[in-house]
Amino acid sequence: MNTPIKAKHQRLVLVLLALVALIGAALLATWALRNQASYFYVPSDMKANPPSPTRAVRLGGMVERGSMKTAADGVTVAFVVEDGKARIPVRFSGIRPELFVEGSGVVAEGHLGADGTFVADNLLAKHDEKYVPRELKDMTAAQKRKAVAETQ
Amino acid sequence: MFAELGLAALWLAAALAALQLLAGGMALTDGGRSFGPLVRPVAIVQGLLAAAAFLALIVLFAQTDLSVKLVAENSHSAKPLLYKVAGTWGNHEGSMLLWVTVMGLAGGFVALIERRLPERTMLATLAGQAFVSLGFYAFLLFASNPFARLDPAPPEGNGLNPLLQDPGLAFHPPTLYLGYVGLSIAFSFAIGALVTREVGPAFARAMRPWVLGAWIFLTIGITAGSYWAYYVLGWGGWWFWDPVENASLMPWLAATALLHSASVLAARNALRAWTIMLGVVAFSMSMVGTFLVRSGILTSVHAFAVDPRRGSFILVLLAIYIGGALLLFGLRAATVTEGERFAVTSREAGLVFNNVMLSSILGIVLIGTLYPLVTEAMGEKVSVGPPYFTPMSAVFAVPMLLVLMVGPLLRWRRDSLSRHKLPVLAPFAVGLAAGIAFAARGGIAVMPLLGLALAPAVAFASLLPLRGRSLRRVPLATWGMVVAHLGVAVALFGMACDSAFTRERLIAARIGESAQVGPWTIRLAGVMPVAGPNWTAMEGRLEASYAGGAPVLLRPQGRSFWAPPQNTTVSALHTRWNGQLYTVIGDEVQGSQAEGGRWQLRLWWKPFVPLIWYGGGLIGLGGLLALLGRVFADLKRIRVRAKVAVRREDIAAVKAGGRAGR
Repeated sequence: MNTPIKAKHQRLVLVLLALVALIGAALLATWALRNQASYFYVPSDMKANPPSPTRAVRLGGMVERGSMKTAADGVTVAFVVEDGKARIPVRFSGIRPELFVEGSGVVAEGHLGADGTFVADNLLAKHDEKYVPRELKDMTAAQKRKAVAETQ
Repeated sequence: MFAELGLAALWLAAALAALQLLAGGMALTDGGRSFGPLVRPVAIVQGLLAAAAFLALIVLFAQTDLSVKLVAENSHSAKPLLYKVAGTWGNHEGSMLLWVTVMGLAGGFVALIERRLPERTMLATLAGQAFVSLGFYAFLLFASNPFARLDPAPPEGNGLNPLLQDPGLAFHPPTLYLGYVGLSIAFSFAIGALVTREVGPAFARAMRPWVLGAWIFLTIGITAGSYWAYYVLGWGGWWFWDPVENASLMPWLAATALLHSASVLAARNALRAWTIMLGVVAFSMSMVGTFLVRSGILTSVHAFAVDPRRGSFILVLLAIYIGGALLLFGLRAATVTEGERFAVTSREAGLVFNNVMLSSILGIVLIGTLYPLVTEAMGEKVSVGPPYFTPMSAVFAVPMLLVLMVGPLLRWRRDSLSRHKLPVLAPFAVGLAAGIAFAARGGIAVMPLLGLALAPAVAFASLLPLRGRSLRRVPLATWGMVVAHLGVAVALFGMACDSAFTRERLIAARIGESAQVGPWTIRLAGVMPVAGPNWTAMEGRLEASYAGGAPVLLRPQGRSFWAPPQNTTVSALHTRWNGQLYTVIGDEVQGSQAEGGRWQLRLWWKPFVPLIWYGGGLIGLGGLLALLGRVFADLKRIRVRAKVAVRREDIAAVKAGGRAGR
């Protein structure tokens, strides 16, 4: 019963099973990631190459000055996100992050509606120096120049 | 002065870690045996010195010594004392100091009391612990010195991120760190066992309580962190698959797998190489988590460091430790002899299945967490969230839970399912019945429905190992298993209920107006300004009545801190036996007419959601019971052995005496 060949056999089987499960998990993960990862868009990308309405994506840019309007229900807000080249209207229902104001950066999580309005489920605004959405951090250099140009 | 004392203690601790590594390494060679007795005392003193350095930093924060850069950047004299002290670890440098402190103390504790293993293995273990510590000491001293002075001292500090000014912060990070870093013991044990080729049941029995201890803290830390995120962020969610959460979940998954495989190794001397591998992986995941969180490559409240130098430093440490450990494993794994064999229906096989599934979930979480970094390197920015993580983990969690219902009933080595007909089938029947009952209600998505069906089945099955046994005679460790598995079921039920039955309402209400959410009627009675020690707030007064009952008062706030100037929402919760009412107040919406403003309110009724954290607590409690059971059993063994030794001496003495008398 305790022949060494058989013992080796068991170890081999265990190793193979573990490998199969792990490789299976990895394959499943990559397949799912291709479908489920939410891509980051700036308005000009989104205009040029609109994502399908069923796909969760993120939209980042600046909230256009004078574009923010609160709907009659008091909790839905409509505004425009722009990157200097294109403008995308956005709708959001919920309690807005405190530092979400016109002329500042924002990342909206949601999907692009069929009518061309981006429906946001969540807004990430700049909290403070220590908590900036990465996409915003990269954007600010160009945006700052633009903001300066606007105010002059 | 405390800053200089702290820095000196830190340097000394680092020097002792180097000595510990050298002496431990030398003692393993033939010529250096005499270094052996040095290692344990050095490990203990090293831990105490690291603790002294940490204590010095706490004192600096408590005094708000603004001439220390770290204090000036992260504290403020007007903060309550609790948050001054908690601020010690609410920043990069302080939390890394906490890391080395825990690591030093854990090593010292092992050096002090662990006597079950051959001394050579212990020396290699302690040398390994020192080797890892040394890297983190270097990181602290060269790239993130917590004691750096500032000249001239600023008149006032920057304050602490208001999100972190919460009682939960005072306890959640230290708890999590005890678990996170406590796993370094498992890592060092694995190294020690590989170096001295001492892999066997004795090794598993020695390692198990340490892993169990770390795992308990990790479990409690994750549970507390989840609750903290739940009520502090005001988003009504309890798990966001945020990289930081994943960073704590990954070591937990590996440690859970390790606990189970260690019990196979301890009881049956099987899964030898695999257990060692998991010991290496568990702490590696802790270090990967630290790298992800601390390198600044991720966005999070926890991402303090934005200095890229630090990121590369940790990356190098990672490469050395994980790469080194895996290399050692690769070289020695083949020499770890084959363990005992077992049949497909046996407890070992069940535990192997548990291990493979937990490792697969770990793989899923790891890939999902790293994916955005990989795509970003290729110029594409993506984020990965719940739509990926939840179903993908369920793919592996569901089969694991199904096996969990049967595994603990099986015998070691070889068993047959037909022996157990009833206990094996009953939980499945319970699950099926629950599934049909909830499906009949309609309107529940597949995933929550699966959870609602599985939870009662697992709960029922988790109690079955007690069947037909005298409850007083059941060993404490078995109680631990039962309680922990029950906790899994309880938490799962809470999660499924949250997804299936949560009701949400978002309104802008005038003063005096009412809203319905689930069975609750909520009236906005008023909004008043209130003031705290370092903030002012607009506080909503909500009168909530459950199904027409007597109203309870909830007070959600929108708080404005002035150091640093920042606003946060503070949710107000009311817990009933059957769920939780969760309220958040937002901005005032100016009405167009003269009738006054409206206030944004976000209301959730979350049936049975507290079960998630009760379940987490039960899992931790189960771990504690198992740990106590193991420790008591060991103490008893030591006592019995001592008694036997004494009796032998007595007999020898009597015999000798008799001989002398004759």
